[in-house]
Amino acid sequence: MTTVDLNADLGEGFGTDRRGGDAAMPDALGAAGTARAVPEAGQDLDQGLRGTSDLGPTVAERSGPRFLDAGEAALVVEFGQSVDPALNDRVLALDAALRAAPPEGLRECVPTYRSLMIHYDPLRVSRAALVEAVETALEAGRAEARAGTLWTLPCCYEPGFGEDLDEAADRLALAPDALLRQHAGAVYRVYMYGFAPGFAYLGGLPEALAVPRRPAPRPPHPAGAILIGGGLCAVGTFPMPTGWYVVGRTPERLYAPERAEPFLIQAGDSLRFEPVDAAAFRALERRTEGGEVVARREAA
Amino acid sequence: MSGTAVLRILSVGPGTTLQDGGRQGYLRYGITAAGPMDRLAHATANGAVGSGPEVTAIEVSLGGIEVTAEGAPLTVAVAGGAFAVSLGGQALVPNVALTLEPGAVLKVRAGAAGAWCYLAVAGDLAVPPVLGSTATHSRSGIGGLDGRALQAGDGLPVRPRPITALPPSRIAAPWLDRDLDRVRILLGPQADYFDAEALAAFLATSWTVSTRNDRMACFLDGPAVRHAKGHDIVSDGIAMGAIQVPGDGRPIVLMADRQPTGGYPKIATVIGPDLGRLAQMRPGSRFRFTAVSLEEAVAARRAEAALPFSAPTLEPVVRTHFTSEFLLSLNLIDGVYGQSCGQY
Repeated sequence: MTTVDLNADLGEGFGTDRRGGDAAMPDALGAAGTARAVPEAGQDLDQGLRGTSDLGPTVAERSGPRFLDAGEAALVVEFGQSVDPALNDRVLALDAALRAAPPEGLRECVPTYRSLMIHYDPLRVSRAALVEAVETALEAGRAEARAGTLWTLPCCYEPGFGEDLDEAADRLALAPDALLRQHAGAVYRVYMYGFAPGFAYLGGLPEALAVPRRPAPRPPHPAGAILIGGGLCAVGTFPMPTGWYVVGRTPERLYAPERAEPFLIQAGDSLRFEPVDAAAFRALERRTEGGEVVARREAA
Repeated sequence: MSGTAVLRILSVGPGTTLQDGGRQGYLRYGITAAGPMDRLAHATANGAVGSGPEVTAIEVSLGGIEVTAEGAPLTVAVAGGAFAVSLGGQALVPNVALTLEPGAVLKVRAGAAGAWCYLAVAGDLAVPPVLGSTATHSRSGIGGLDGRALQAGDGLPVRPRPITALPPSRIAAPWLDRDLDRVRILLGPQADYFDAEALAAFLATSWTVSTRNDRMACFLDGPAVRHAKGHDIVSDGIAMGAIQVPGDGRPIVLMADRQPTGGYPKIATVIGPDLGRLAQMRPGSRFRFTAVSLEEAVAARRAEAALPFSAPTLEPVVRTHFTSEFLLSLNLIDGVYGQSCGQY
């Protein structure tokens, strides 16, 4: 097992993950440093693969959620334990309902694939009162199918942008053009953010593009890299080493803290990529550097 | 005092950052909250200079810091672990507030105990907030001074608050003398990934704080904790204090710079009031976890909130100058010393 360099670039928090590994990886990370604190990328990839198996929620997952305490100031509302769009819809419906009418003492909600973490102030709202507020919100929110936004992101797949496109195509036994067509032809679901600021996990990668992760991370990718690996697609907002394959690059900035709209995309939105050439990429990049948004949005 | 002043960093060890109460509302976008490792100590330092509990202050690591005031005197406070503090080479007590005259040098070095202390300034440290907060998350380059840890030569612009010059004064904060051998936890959210035997062993173990210990995570050395249901979960949220157990069974407590979500089972969560005492443990420290109920955890939080950290009592420790008013105020003739004289 290759030792992962934890202190590369942005530091151990971003410099490592389990993407490059297999069952033996946790031991390698144990020897390497704080990587175990940032396990989620690899985990999510494995889960992404499970998520594409299309099994759907179990009977238990269709019933009411479980309430789990994450300390005395955070409550997990767990709808299920798998990656599934229907579960994610329920998470997002609850999130929307709580945001529309926040109960007293609610600090912040974090939607994930299959649960909502509610950070709260237990001196302002008791757990029992919070659970009651959640149940009320669930009743109100269940009927609402969230109308997400469909985003079209320009993506340059050309050499120098899709740095690993040929390599990934080779691993998948596809022609590079076929990989590009399939990747740009799919519509992706934004399940959640995590791992890094603005790092969005996208489901919906065509099965033919489910390339296994690299055995060891490649050198840092540029910001805006479009990544595939382990059954998922992602947009890398920060340069970092990765076990995924860089198939393209978007000039759009999904995370721009100085922009009026720091984050463009919400969990539950859909996203597709529109191929652009290098010249168009450069022109669009100049606009995004000036704070402009170049991605197109429409009601999904 | 008026106008602007600069708090100049003359020397500083690694990992010393600016922290306010933390970044709120952006966990859902993958943004780490950051904020102080020891919230109570941060609030106490701020309280000693008359600032609110979540105002921006310097979080000083074991590497220490050396600062001076430029342009105008600055009243500052240091509170947290038992660090070695000195002013112009004269040793002071660990938790101390004082007015730093321009050119005077305040040194803070690792002392008898504790891993973090906070240096607060009476006034505003004028750094621009990012996403509503000045808290530094250096891994993603957000907040603080250019998103990074402080470096020698940095000058922090300060709008000082007019305040009477303060001789070095001990901050009476007995709540910072915490018992460092037990840490209270609430089991869950994934305690059901472990069987009764593993949970009992987890609670019986005397854990050692590993050398791999930073703002993101506190690694624990001890016997492996066995999973009953595997060690992968589909990612869910992570609260500060979550004790995650990865595949090798060695627990990791996720701290202020944790990521908002993660995919290992979390056997338990350190209760809010005990996060600071865990943060203050140095590598090699040993402690046990004690499981408490939700009610006990909330009661502990309520008790902590009731502490007078926002206006701690200040007791003079060293007289750097004696005014005639001060001397006349002492009733020296009848030979009865006030209690406070014992502190000199």
